[in-house]
This record gives sequence, C-alpha cells and structure tokens, in this order.
Amino acid sequence: MTDLLTLSGVHTHIGRYHILHGVDFAIPEGQTTMLLGRNGAGKTTTLRTIMGLWPASAGSITLAGQRIEKIATPEIARLGVGYVPESMAVFSDLTVKENLVLAARDGAPDTARLEWIFGFFPALKKFWLSRAGALSGGQKQMLSIARAIVEPRQLLLIDEPTKGLAPAIIGALIDCFAELKRRGATILLVEQNFHAAREIGDAVLVMDNGAIVHRGGMADLANDIPLQERLLGLSLEAHQ
Amino acid sequence: MTIVPHMTDVPAQSASEPLPKQPRDLLPLLLPVLLALAMLPLIGSGSTWITLTVASLAMGMMIFIMASGLTLVFGLMDVLNFGHGAFIAVGAYVATLVLLPLASWVQADSLWLNLAVLAPAALAAMAVSGALGLVVERVLILPVYGQHLKQILMTTGGLIVAEQALYALWGPQIIPLPLPTSLRGSFILGDVAIAKYRLLAMGVGLAVFVGIQLVLTRSKIGLLIRAGVENREMVEALGYHIKRLFLGVFMVGSALAGLGGIMWALYREQVHASMGNDLTVLVFIVVIIGGLGSIGGCFIGAILVAMVANYGGFLLPKLALVSNILLMVAILMWRPRGLYAVTSR
Ligand SMILES: Nc1ncnc2c1ncn2[C@@H]1O[C@H](COP(=O)(O)OP(=O)(O)O)[C@@H](O)[C@H]1O
Ligand SMILES: [Mg+2]
Repeated sequence: MTDLLTLSGVHTHIGRYHILHGVDFAIPEGQTTMLLGRNGAGKTTTLRTIMGLWPASAGSITLAGQRIEKIATPEIARLGVGYVPESMAVFSDLTVKENLVLAARDGAPDTARLEWIFGFFPALKKFWLSRAGALSGGQKQMLSIARAIVEPRQLLLIDEPTKGLAPAIIGALIDCFAELKRRGATILLVEQNFHAAREIGDAVLVMDNGAIVHRGGMADLANDIPLQERLLGLSLEAHQ
Repeated sequence: MTIVPHMTDVPAQSASEPLPKQPRDLLPLLLPVLLALAMLPLIGSGSTWITLTVASLAMGMMIFIMASGLTLVFGLMDVLNFGHGAFIAVGAYVATLVLLPLASWVQADSLWLNLAVLAPAALAAMAVSGALGLVVERVLILPVYGQHLKQILMTTGGLIVAEQALYALWGPQIIPLPLPTSLRGSFILGDVAIAKYRLLAMGVGLAVFVGIQLVLTRSKIGLLIRAGVENREMVEALGYHIKRLFLGVFMVGSALAGLGGIMWALYREQVHASMGNDLTVLVFIVVIIGGLGSIGGCFIGAILVAMVANYGGFLLPKLALVSNILLMVAILMWRPRGLYAVTSR
C-alpha cells in the first residue's frame, strides 16, 4: 500500500501565530483517514496548508511523489485535490448548476457522474437552477461535496461535513462517502461526529496543539475506550 | 476537551422541502424611477423635466461605463484603484490624436464620415487605456495586493504621474473637441428637445451594460468573476488562477474607462488633464453607492448620481457641489454596504 500524501515536519504560521508545530503523517492510497481532535487543535489549518491556502513555513508536503508545499493553490487543485472547506463556501450568487460548471474544469459536467451524485443528493437535481444562496445548510454541504467530486480527484480533503446538520442529511453524506470509498477514493476527513467517523474511517489521526498525537487504525481506537478517553477526553461511546 | 456531536441542535429538514422564496430585491431599481417622478411636480414644466431626465440618463450611462471596471476590480481583488481616472483622461487624449487630425471628417455633414472617424478614435482610446491597464496592474498593483494603504499611495501616485505626463505631452491648455456634425443638435418632439449625442451615449451605455451582464451570466469567465467576487479562495481551490482573471478584468475595466473618457470629452467638447482627477471622485461615489463589486448597483448608482447632478443643478444650484456626497450619505444610511451588497468580506 503506497502513501498518496505525506506531511513531514510541517509548520504553519498565521500572521504572528505559530499554529502547526511539526505535523507528520501519511495518507495511504485508497483509504479514508479520519482527522480528529478538539476544537482549535489545528485540523482546518492542516487542510488549508495542504491546499496551499496557508503557506507552510517549514517541512514538506508530498502528493503522489511530487513536492507541493511551495505550489500555488490552483496548481494543487489541478493535481487532483478536491477540497470541501469547513465553511462550505458555495457561491451563493450562482445557481447549483453554475457552481458545478465551475467545479468541472475539463468541460461540462459529465451527465452520468451527475446522475450518480443526484442519487445521493436528490435536492441538487431538484434545485438545479436555484441560487445556491437559497439552499438550506445541508443542501449547501451537499453542493460543496458535489463540487469536489463532480470530476474524479485523486485526493479529497473534507472538513467537518456533518457539522450542524440533521441526522437524515448526515446519513446521506455518509452513504456518499462510503460509495466514494468503494470506488477507491482517497479521503482525508475531519469529523467531530465519532459515530460517523467510526462508520467510514479506515485509519485515524488525532491532533492536539498543532501536532499529531496519535495515529492508528480506526477499529483499534473505536474498541479501546481508555485510549479514547486519554486522547479525546471523553468516552466516545456516549455519543453514538 | 470534548468532541461535540452537532447533531441535535438543528431541526430535521428533509432534502426535498421547497426552497424559501427569495423575492428579487427590486427596491434599488425603483429608486431612480421614484426620484424622477418625485421631481416632476418640483420642476413644473414637463418638457424641462424630460430634457433633464434624458440628460441624467445619458450622463449616468457615461459614468457607468467609466465606473463598471472599478467596481469589478474592487469586488474581485479588494484593490482600491485611486488612479482609475487616469485611464479616463488617457482615453480622451488618445481620442484627440485621431479626431483632431481628421477634423475635416468630424466636421463633414455625413453621418458615415463622422462614424468612420469616431469608431477608430474610440477603439484607439480603449486599446491604449487597456494596454496602460496591463502595465499599471503589473507594476503598481501586483506588488501591493492585500495592502490597502499601499494601494492608495501607489495608485494616487500613478494618477499624479499620469496627469503630469499629459500636461508635459499636450500642455496645460484645454483642448477643444467639437462634436461631429451629425451628432450636434437635437431631435424635436413637440416642445421637447432631445440632444442627439445624449441618445447615442444612452445607447452605448446600455450596450455596455447588457454586454457585461451577458458575459457575467452566460460565460464561464463571467461565472468565475462573480464567484471570485464572493470567495476568491474557493475559486483558487477549484483550480483557477484568480490573479490572471483579475488582470483580464483590470484591462477590460481600464479600456472601458478609456471609452468613457472619449465619450465624456465629446459630451463636454473639451479635453483637459484634470478630468481624470475630477471624475475619479464621481466614479468612486458611484461604486460605493452601488455596492462594491455589483454591476447592477453601479448602473443604478450612476443614474442616481447623474439625476442628482441634473435635477439638483436645476432646482438647487447652490447645492451642486455637495449633492453627490449627500446622496451617498443618504444611500449608505439606508443600506450601509451600498444598494446591492455583493462581497461576503
Ligand atoms: N485566521 C486565523 N488567524 C489567527 N489564528 C487562527 C486563524 N485560523 C485559525 N487560527 C487559530 O489556529 C488554531 C487552530 O485552528 P483550526 O485549524 O481552525 O482548528 P480546528 O479546525 O482543529 O478546530 C486555533 O487556535 C485558532 O484560533
Ligand atoms: Mg476546523
């Protein structure tokens, strides 16, 4: 099993704040890796650094054998990285269709692939010509995810997709991620909802204070309640 | 130190629920109509009112052409270009290079000869202003992205240099620029006289407005511009170089300022190096009133500014100097981010 993405000794400063203190991890190809950790641990900053939205002040980031820590964000995206930011960042003045037209860089969105996406997210089909700004929070999240997968990407970075959403919508998102996984996608997924994390994660990384404090298999963490308590400060069982 | 499940705090919402109806925000659109109607009884004479209204629309369209690029430049990249007026002045001076040597065509009583000299003059004005835009963006603006204070210093400096360069090249005197013969005079409808050139200005302004709207709504480039005005990071994360897009917008905006410059010069029938400076203020007021980044807002804002200038100049000439500022204050008290707030920043 080869690693698609490797971070080693990555430091990130935002203005004068030192946020990431030497982040090291590797994401194996074809797996879903969960990135956990309390609020403010540095998970979003890690994803933004991979995307080149914050510059790494030290360390290296390697994607499929290529160093990317000095490359501009659009080039990183064009290497095949799909990004679903924490804020969803749908273009609210554009329609659902126009959001996806922009996300499909290689011409018009592929019809069969759209139908496949509509299978998980029928709302996107229904509101195809509506302004994205008029969608509900869950529908915006669906659109944001659809934008990242409208064309096949070699790596997906997804930041807290279930945050603040109703259980029915979380279910649709999990179905979508599970299907992406079956199709061989490599995913780095930040997820606070441990129930969801356990269902789709193969591997798990736990972050605290800007560094990785645990790496291992998802099943191992899910079955080891004392470890969960030590790493995450509570019994995750209680939140299923 | 808890992992917070966010599942319970939002009511369940099915994905198939209909969208909340979002009525189009038409109030700003009504504003110029209401203003014009309110002026009718104050002005009294119907024919004077029509003349002033047509004058307002024509002037508004010219200001819109000059301001449209500026609003996109600000909306897309947060760039404050205080030197925008330089493109206006340069456009007007370049036009004199074509129009003055070919004065006999300008004076000829033939619409075709007149247009045969106007069209290349306008194209030359746009080409030179657009090319100057390329240089200005690369040299003055690229190094100071994201730094407003430096942008103001750089572009204000650029405006001063441009103005002095125009003085040096053409001298300090006002250059008269007579209207082509077939655009002089008015169409007379009953007791109402409508200046021909104002109709032309309205037509060109409308064409530019429709053209910009078509590009913004129908082309991928236009979608990228609108998306970039809202969230440029996400446009980059989708794989598009926002700075290349911005350079293109900057050049087109500069070219349009040049077009506005020749139109304004013909409207005033004179060219002077200080016109860039004077119009910068007006154009900034329009962009702020309209909502930074909004083409529709810029269009309405330009008409409002022109209406206040024309109606106000007729009714309360003493207030002419401050009327635009008063208009801006009134609009911002109603909508602090302008008629149409676009950017989420
Ligand atoms: N734009 C910013 N400016 C300054 N500090 C920031 C900024 N964004 C995040 N931080 C800080 O960086 C730390 C990590 O934030 P973040 O990566 O968003 O954490 P997480 O996603 O794990 O909740 C936090 O302490 C946060 O306050
Ligand atoms: Mg976060």
